[in-house]
Amino acid sequence: MAFKTDYSRVQGMGRAGDGVHHWWIQRLTSVALIPLTILFLIPFGRALGGGHEALMATYGQFGHALTAILFIGVACWHFSIGIQVVIEDYIHGKATRVTVLILTKLFSYTLAAAGILAVVKILFSA
Amino acid sequence: MVDVNRDNRPLSPHLQVYRLPLVSNISILTRITGVGLIAGLVLVVWWFVAGAYSPEYFASADWLLTTWLGYLVLLGSLWALWFHFCNGLRHFFWDMGKGFELETVARTNWFVIGGSVVLTILTLLLV
Repeated sequence: MAFKTDYSRVQGMGRAGDGVHHWWIQRLTSVALIPLTILFLIPFGRALGGGHEALMATYGQFGHALTAILFIGVACWHFSIGIQVVIEDYIHGKATRVTVLILTKLFSYTLAAAGILAVVKILFSA
Repeated sequence: MVDVNRDNRPLSPHLQVYRLPLVSNISILTRITGVGLIAGLVLVVWWFVAGAYSPEYFASADWLLTTWLGYLVLLGSLWALWFHFCNGLRHFFWDMGKGFELETVARTNWFVIGGSVVLTILTLLLV
């Protein structure tokens, strides 16, 4: 550290190497999820239990499908970044930690892709 | 600068012998609900995937989520969602450097707890 200039130290952006990026994404996805949660829950709750017709009637509509896609995508993103902190706090062995981190990231992205693809298919087949 | 009192200093309160203040329990519960909510999200995505797959497969997914056990899991997820949501709102104020006074925290604790219950009931009334 003593041989580094302040500028190069700041450029490295700290221990994690990406500065406040993680913190910022956590806040950004939180803010996005405030309206998305409300907009998603109402039509979802109403369609739930109504069978295939209710599903098609609700998610055949562009607005509801868009809300569902955004909610699933942003919620998975929020989860992937939130669970990362929990893993970094409680899993201390480096090999295990990195393995679990990779698995949760891949799981989050797969879940998001599956949900988004499913809603797109429902929208187009309605 | 020799610390002669090294062994006699009081220890900081340890988790096992210290009754956590309400705000700490809410903080821990926020993390637990955050991790637990992935179960609810998986169920929601599964419901959509079943719907995209076939009407027959969707019928069983839609049925399972509306059995009493399915409802119980979804109700738990709903409350967890609003709890995590309410404490998240409080965190925005903390991020702005507001609401750190002990009296304010004591008040907003109940906003989080009460808010999660009220919003859960409100959602059930709206759907």
